[in-house]
Amino acid sequence: MTDVSQVLVASGAIDPQPSVEIVGMNKWYGNYHALKDIDLVVAEGERLVVCGPSGSGKSTMIRCINGLEDYQEGSIHVDGTLLSSDVKDIDKVRSDVGMVFQHFNLFPHLSILENCVLAPTWVRKMPQKEAKDIAMHFLERVKIPDQAHKYPGQLSGGQQQRVAIARSLCMQPRIMLFDEPTSALDPEMIKEVLDTMITLAEDGMTMICVTHEMGFARQAADRVIFMDAGQIIEENAPDQFFDDPQSPRTKMFLNQILGH
Amino acid sequence: MTVPNKPAFVRTEILPAKAPPVRATGITLWVRKNLLSSWLNVILTSLVLYALIRITYGLWPWLANGVWEADSLAHCREILAASGLGPTDGACFAVINDRWHQLLFGFYPSELYWRPILAMILFLGGLAPILFFSLPRSLLTFSCLAPFACFWLLWGGSAWVPLAAIGGLVIAGLAIRVLSKWLSSTLAVCGGIAIGLIFYLIGFSSFVSFAEGIFPLSIQQVASREFGGFMLAATIGLSAIVLSLPLGILLALARQSDLPLIKWCAIVFIEVVRGVPLIVWLFTAQLLLNYFLPPGTSFDLTLRVIIMVTLFAAAYIAEVIRGGLAALPKGQYEGADSLGLSYWQATRMIILPQALKISIPAIVNEFIGLFKDTTLVVFIGLLDPIGVARAIQATPEWNGIYWELFTFIGLLFFVVCYAMARYSLHLENKLRRGHN
Repeated sequence: MTDVSQVLVASGAIDPQPSVEIVGMNKWYGNYHALKDIDLVVAEGERLVVCGPSGSGKSTMIRCINGLEDYQEGSIHVDGTLLSSDVKDIDKVRSDVGMVFQHFNLFPHLSILENCVLAPTWVRKMPQKEAKDIAMHFLERVKIPDQAHKYPGQLSGGQQQRVAIARSLCMQPRIMLFDEPTSALDPEMIKEVLDTMITLAEDGMTMICVTHEMGFARQAADRVIFMDAGQIIEENAPDQFFDDPQSPRTKMFLNQILGH
Repeated sequence: MTVPNKPAFVRTEILPAKAPPVRATGITLWVRKNLLSSWLNVILTSLVLYALIRITYGLWPWLANGVWEADSLAHCREILAASGLGPTDGACFAVINDRWHQLLFGFYPSELYWRPILAMILFLGGLAPILFFSLPRSLLTFSCLAPFACFWLLWGGSAWVPLAAIGGLVIAGLAIRVLSKWLSSTLAVCGGIAIGLIFYLIGFSSFVSFAEGIFPLSIQQVASREFGGFMLAATIGLSAIVLSLPLGILLALARQSDLPLIKWCAIVFIEVVRGVPLIVWLFTAQLLLNYFLPPGTSFDLTLRVIIMVTLFAAAYIAEVIRGGLAALPKGQYEGADSLGLSYWQATRMIILPQALKISIPAIVNEFIGLFKDTTLVVFIGLLDPIGVARAIQATPEWNGIYWELFTFIGLLFFVVCYAMARYSLHLENKLRRGHN
């Protein structure tokens, strides 16, 4: 742990081991300063929604949490493991952190069931039978067990995204990251994916969701973070965040997405 | 603006699905639609038809009047003249009847023809489980061992040579497994390869002579210069095809590597090998390669050619596969990464299956080109089918014969290349059906 976080732990400001702890994180793409002094602590079981205009760095930030992007300054601890350039640490964090992408990123050459079984058998070294049972369990939870032997290309977008959620859950992650999970979906399918996410939130999963679904944020989030220009601008409980935004930038953003 | 007398439309019942209309079929319709649909089409069809008729008309008597039993070209012409035909009115297939064994096997000892034939059967048997996924996966062990058996059958000599070669691979494999406990996977692979190479360079020949001394296991040796004809083309071509694919995959991956050293080695290798004509590399194999090898190792010319052709093909295959890798959406890499799969797991199970699927037509295209390029070895004094044909033409009996020999050779190559092309189509269709 870093000095800052040790002080914070000693002062009782945060739990001894938060799920995610980002301290003074900075990221550049070449000369472009993409993330500026990000400090963020996510407690176990907390549901966090990150919103903000496009290009604000919100996706980049959660991609840093499972090492899909590297960072140049500061530190990120996930369940106590420091994300550095150490490949073994990154692989360990990734196996404990599920990620759901905007474009699903299912493996088109594998069936739905194979998509779900792959990582548990190879990363967790789980016996095939057990991995299949777990996969079917989660496919039932996202309500598509009957599609298990189809290929991703044969499913609708909403179904694919629910499979992607089930695939991540099969690794029995401690944290789930959602990177705009409904942005690529037709309006009719958004609800089925959000319902799945709400069920997951109700079960107590630690979740960090980059999303513009403000209804979901109100219903399921413990905390909402607003980002702009690579920085965290505002951070509040959902009700206060939506009813009484403090920063003018937040007000403008909320007006634009809610007021049309 | 309102439209008068036009009430709002509300559908009260959903239309049931109907069967599609029956399409008119039949041969006349097909002909009219595809061959005679417009004046231009009619003219083109007539021209093609005319050309086909002319070709058949010219070729058919030559084939039909072909002489199959004769001692020499002169004898052939006598037979043709006896039935009132000119010397060019009929083919003289007797040359194939007389010399097919040379065209197929070169100067391989005729009492040992069974060995290349058996090697071919073993090779095809080993290839089957790789080509057809429905065969049991356990047969892949046989696929791994078949090339060594083929080598032994073709060249003969001590069976300890291929066994020691397998041993070297096993040693390298074990070394990688042991080293990976302490080192990162890349370093472990490098270390394993180094240990394997040390075995090949230092321990190999002494192990073979030692084992041969204790338990001799030899069959009659056949020197490379006795290889020839289609068998030589097949030996070089098929070995290079089988070896260049894995090497090409590794090169393509290396070229995408994050490690600059590996990346630059791959780039330099690919660009240098691609940038120089194959014939130059073949001359290099013939003349120069021995200078680079430790003194005393006499390295068979055919083996040297196989290595060169393999490296040459691998550079091309690597570029083709790089295209496939580049065509994969970035999300596939990220999806695999986010699940915690290691680089090699992700590469093997997610990236390569999709990249190879994209590259199949181009890979097979390379293989077909490579197989035909083996005829270039005629320039470094190896008797491939063309070389044998020239030798046959140089004999007094068959001096002056051209078409029959080259038709036969062309047919041999066509059969193999066409088989590859058909398999490629089969595989594409199969994979497309598997996951749209």
